[in-house]
Amino acid sequence: MIDAVGNPQSLLLLGGTSEIGLAIAAQYARRRPLRVVLAARPSPRLDAAATALRDAGATVSTVDFEATDFAGHPAVLDKAFADGDIDVTVVAFGLLGDAEQAWQDHARAVELAQVNYTAAVSVGVALAERLRRQGHGRVVALSSVAGERVRRSNFVYGSTKAGMDGFYLGLGEALRGEGITVTVVRPGFVHTRMTAGMKAAPLSVKPDDVATQVVAAVARRSELVWAPAPLRVLMSVLRHIPRAIFRRLPI
Amino acid sequence: MKPGHDELARLTGWGRTAPSAAHVVRTTDVEAIAGVVREAGERGVIARGLGRSYGDPAQNAGGVVVDMTALDRIHRVDADAATVEVDAGVSLDTLMRALLPFGLWLPVLPGTRQVTVGGAIGSDIHGKAHHVEGSFGNHVRSMDLLTADGTVRTLTPDGPDAALFWATTGGMGLTGIVLRATLHVNRVETAYFLVDTDQVGDLGQLMARQTENDESYVESVSWFDAVTTGPHLGRGLVTRANHATLADLPAKLRRHPLRFEAPQLLTVPDVFPPGMVNRLSGKVFSELWYRKSPTRRNQVQNITQFLHPLDMFGEWNRGYGPHGFLQYQFVVPFEAAHVIRRTVELITETGHVSFLNVLKRFGDGNPAPLSFPMRGWTLCVDLPVRPGLHELCEELDGLVLDAGGRHYLAKESRATPAAIERGYPRLDEWRKVRASVDPHGVFASDMSRRLSLT
Repeated sequence: MIDAVGNPQSLLLLGGTSEIGLAIAAQYARRRPLRVVLAARPSPRLDAAATALRDAGATVSTVDFEATDFAGHPAVLDKAFADGDIDVTVVAFGLLGDAEQAWQDHARAVELAQVNYTAAVSVGVALAERLRRQGHGRVVALSSVAGERVRRSNFVYGSTKAGMDGFYLGLGEALRGEGITVTVVRPGFVHTRMTAGMKAAPLSVKPDDVATQVVAAVARRSELVWAPAPLRVLMSVLRHIPRAIFRRLPI
Repeated sequence: MKPGHDELARLTGWGRTAPSAAHVVRTTDVEAIAGVVREAGERGVIARGLGRSYGDPAQNAGGVVVDMTALDRIHRVDADAATVEVDAGVSLDTLMRALLPFGLWLPVLPGTRQVTVGGAIGSDIHGKAHHVEGSFGNHVRSMDLLTADGTVRTLTPDGPDAALFWATTGGMGLTGIVLRATLHVNRVETAYFLVDTDQVGDLGQLMARQTENDESYVESVSWFDAVTTGPHLGRGLVTRANHATLADLPAKLRRHPLRFEAPQLLTVPDVFPPGMVNRLSGKVFSELWYRKSPTRRNQVQNITQFLHPLDMFGEWNRGYGPHGFLQYQFVVPFEAAHVIRRTVELITETGHVSFLNVLKRFGDGNPAPLSFPMRGWTLCVDLPVRPGLHELCEELDGLVLDAGGRHYLAKESRATPAAIERGYPRLDEWRKVRASVDPHGVFASDMSRRLSLT
């Protein structure tokens, strides 16, 4: 059970090698004894993540998780919940890749849409069922500012995030009365493996900064978090700029 | 909700933190409650009263919560023997109103009357009279407990089931559901108190004053300011009182000496944003509260003025906003009085704000293994949930436990299983008694899961 100041006893990370997700788990593990379930494709990186969390004092188990194996998702979640309640679930898997390739390469576009949107919905529905059964839980969905107003520069990715963002906001509304909170997190540019080699945008942050905000937001039961917070103001301005001007902006 | 209805409800404690959902059953039919217990699913059952516990002991995520407030009959008042037999869902407010016309008085009253008799037993609550009267369990003559097998046992403090009686007292509802209890009550001539108030300038003086002839008062408590720092740190009010006799009352009150005055001025609306409880509002409140009560002797006060000022405001917890708050209450032996000062210093140093700071001297504890009171100082502070609260509480835990103290489970909402094990050295003894009547773990709550109590 999570406590009054937001310390969970168990955490499930869907996308078990996500740097932001692992930073969240590490912050919780530093506060209290924590049981972590990492759901990801088996890989040396996953093993390293498990080892790092164990070194931080957490009890770690792993579950095989393939984002595009939609039919397999309920079974993945059954395994993740087999050892008891999950207090916090972080939905952290996703693909970015080259934006120009994404809209011109059919297979690549479908893959992005399936991983970032379809799989997120598939996992979200299966997760909600289990959280309702246990009667409590907090979900952290890692969305992106790219989904707030989809830009020409990465519109395939942006549109998938717009979809998953909307789904998790709606899921939060649907689960409101059942003791479950969904927190949608919209980070801006985060320095991770995913963005390595890209030019950092203004207001860029590190995974650990996002994790700090997420930990505070889960404690407050916030429904929407911008990382960093000033992005909220910036994006609410950008959102209302007419298309004719918007397309000329260097963003 | 109509009696007999079963619906999924989102529940929290009084601190409005950590919500969870459960199937809530509310019925006057005891046989139906026994049926619910017999057919409990894997997530179990817990009883809930008026939800005044701050944390999660009356929540049961994914399981069943039996709302006991439907069982609210007072069966028998025996004025000669000074006993009363009541359903567990009767509130202390209702009970007091019924008893006063007989010149009878509940010996243990907590800071609110809005708790049920069942909750009072489950938390073994205490009041400002603890140093004289002990805690609630000391006044229970017998109780009917519905256990996991669906049967009802009548328990007494020194009968064949004494171990179960004391495991249920303070047992946070985890031994079964108390259905009915017989309580021993006191006699009074009036419904008024004769109050002595001392306004004192700092924490040291406050504690010294409260130590002085505490035994000559039935009720004794102090409030202090935890916002003002420097030499006036912990300035406050020591209020102590005895029941007023008829002769003590002014002529006007003498005509209706047993009249119960309990106005509810307003119900606080659920509109407050987070952060209303801050350093500025804390300063204003603390200054006013301190100034309102200069040193006075033998002042006649009614129940609400003296015991339950907060009961004038319905749902006052909403003032803390949507993130909720927690109440941190602990007891430490008298030798560890330094913990009290260090706690107040830490709260002010870390910039947290607490309005309602209550300090009291406990008398001896009772035989219940999980009963909170023991001889020593108890301190209670209210802290809104905000960043840094976890770290502050962790540091306070260390101080309290190192001094041989412990936390009050009825207020607890964030400690670790290890902290409770340390504070309650008889926890294993309690677990054995519980396991003997509930081997399959039918009774469970969010708290029992969070603190691995069972």
